[in-house]
Amino acid sequence: MSHPVLRVENLVKEYGEGDATVRALRGVTLDVEKGDYVAIMGASGSGKSTLMNILGCLDVPSAGRYLIDGVDVGDLGEHQLAVLRNRKIGFVFQSFNLIPRMSALANVELPLTYGGVGSAARRERALAALEQVGLSDRVHHDPNQLSGGQQQRVAVARALVTAPAMLLADEPTGNLDTSSTRDVLDIFDRLSVSGRTIVIITHEDDVAAHAKRVIRLVDGRIIEDRRQSPVDGPPPRTSEADRPQATVVGRPPTTSEADRPLAPVDGSPPRTSEAVL
Amino acid sequence: MNPLEILRFALKGLVANKLRSALTTLGILIGVAAVILLVAVGEGSSQSITQNIQRLGANTLTISSSTTGGGGFPGGGAGRSNSGPRTQARQLTLADAKALTDRAQLPSVTTVSPIVTASSATATFEGASHSIAQLVGTYPSYFEAANKPVAQGQYFVNADVSAARKIVVIGRTVAENLFGAQDPIGKAVTISGVPFTVVGVLKESGSSGMQDADDVAIAPLPAVQQSLTGFGSLSQILVQATSAEAATTAQAEITAVLNQLHGIPATGTADFRILNQATLQETVSAATGTFTVLLGAVAAISLLVGGIGITNIMLVTVTERTREIGIRKAIGAPRGAILGQFLLEATLLSLVGGLSGVAIAVIGAQFTIAGIEPVIVPSSIVLALGVSVGIGLFFGSYPANRAAKLRPIQALRHE
Repeated sequence: MSHPVLRVENLVKEYGEGDATVRALRGVTLDVEKGDYVAIMGASGSGKSTLMNILGCLDVPSAGRYLIDGVDVGDLGEHQLAVLRNRKIGFVFQSFNLIPRMSALANVELPLTYGGVGSAARRERALAALEQVGLSDRVHHDPNQLSGGQQQRVAVARALVTAPAMLLADEPTGNLDTSSTRDVLDIFDRLSVSGRTIVIITHEDDVAAHAKRVIRLVDGRIIEDRRQSPVDGPPPRTSEADRPQATVVGRPPTTSEADRPLAPVDGSPPRTSEAVL
Repeated sequence: MNPLEILRFALKGLVANKLRSALTTLGILIGVAAVILLVAVGEGSSQSITQNIQRLGANTLTISSSTTGGGGFPGGGAGRSNSGPRTQARQLTLADAKALTDRAQLPSVTTVSPIVTASSATATFEGASHSIAQLVGTYPSYFEAANKPVAQGQYFVNADVSAARKIVVIGRTVAENLFGAQDPIGKAVTISGVPFTVVGVLKESGSSGMQDADDVAIAPLPAVQQSLTGFGSLSQILVQATSAEAATTAQAEITAVLNQLHGIPATGTADFRILNQATLQETVSAATGTFTVLLGAVAAISLLVGGIGITNIMLVTVTERTREIGIRKAIGAPRGAILGQFLLEATLLSLVGGLSGVAIAVIGAQFTIAGIEPVIVPSSIVLALGVSVGIGLFFGSYPANRAAKLRPIQALRHE
């Protein structure tokens, strides 16, 4: 039987000690299958970024197991972890995190360099990745010569260039305007269509609407795990992307949840009844 | 990961901060150049002093009289006054010099040259006048013992001494001042009113420290005694030992003979002084060695300051780029690559600084500094370069290691 790309079991993360202990994750268990497109949602402080950092092997959990392709990450040494980050994970940050004073091409080539890829193959693959995100004409620009959306697309290219098992994106559209957000999400949709496993963190319903599966995190626990479309099918928004442009521009696409009528001004807040339930 | 790629990253890191890299390099450069150059100056002065001493010949002993020697001071003996220094020291005489030629008692001695000197004797020739710094009256063996070969004309011989001929061999300075372009050989000069015939001109020996070694005239001993100093005591006796190694033995033999001659008991203080060139050379070498060490220490401090500069820059660089380190680790940079990059940056800084320091020191050593021709000591180059690279590696490894050990998220959150 094939392993899930990603499996976490009872993941706990605590910060600080004694009375000042903050429990960011209180036992998260989650499987992500190959080809899935998962959006993790939650308010600030819900632990979604902490979860993402652990998934990206940037941080270590206080307790619980984390397996990538069936391999327990906790058993890996420093060097094996570096190789894992390099080969299996593509990480996209909210703040882009490109290395300054290095051209877009050099930034995209960087993971390949650390992976030991020869310079000719490196250049070819980096150019291909940049073309995939539509930045073939910005190859030699430094990050400070690029717009936010372009920088994030370079970051996506950098995450993709090693053909990782999964793509992790921590609020990739958080710092972007509407049109750049659409660009980046289009790229993710296309990647999902081509079978790439994607885990994305967001607090925007619009963004989550693109995912096949939405997980909602509150206070370090999963409270909702909703599937929007099948794992092996296309992401739900791909069809919408084919819709006439005017519709998209005229009115931003919304989810059914966002379509719900809001509570009247003089009534009780809409969520009070749900909390009682 | 290819080491060449790490080198490329390190170079990019340095080029990204040109001014800072240049200033750090300058610090190391000054340190290394200072060490090499100051040691070279010390070595140069030490060598020039040693050369001046050697000019006199390493196997020669100079005996001069001493006013503070004599009978058993303060222990008493031989019926002399045992309170206070003896003021009536027995002077050196021609008899002393004759006694030293006894080969049976003094097998280590080859030649003995009694010397009388008259300082500031005025020589005149056809209206030209020159005050000779040192007029020496001696035996022909002096020329060899004192290492003063004649370049032009001839030496005087023993027969000239016996006959007390008024002939003189003059130094280059004297020849130039009195005769200018003329050939001095055969000319008659008047030295302190007495006519002398010039028979030879000494080979130029250059200045030896304070005095001009070429401002000298050498004449047969009795001739000088007759006309200038009188037949009193000798100024010095110059003794040549069979070899430089035998100088110490010769010194012991001379001491024994003169003690006996002057009636000084074995425990008493001699009324003469023997200056052994070999001993003198050792003493002076030790003194100049201390001088060199002192200069080297001052320079080493500047090298240390340069090293602290590198440490400081590496700390700042690593701290400033912690976020970048986090990014690199997040995309899979192994610890070795991060460590290598920063270590290489530090090493490159110190190596470039060190090598240009060596270059500048080597260029600087071609010039005369404060009247001294610096002599580069190869070991100082190795030491200075080794220390500078060592400092770069050692102090660069600390911040680099600290950065490489960080968890990616810690590095990424760093502001």
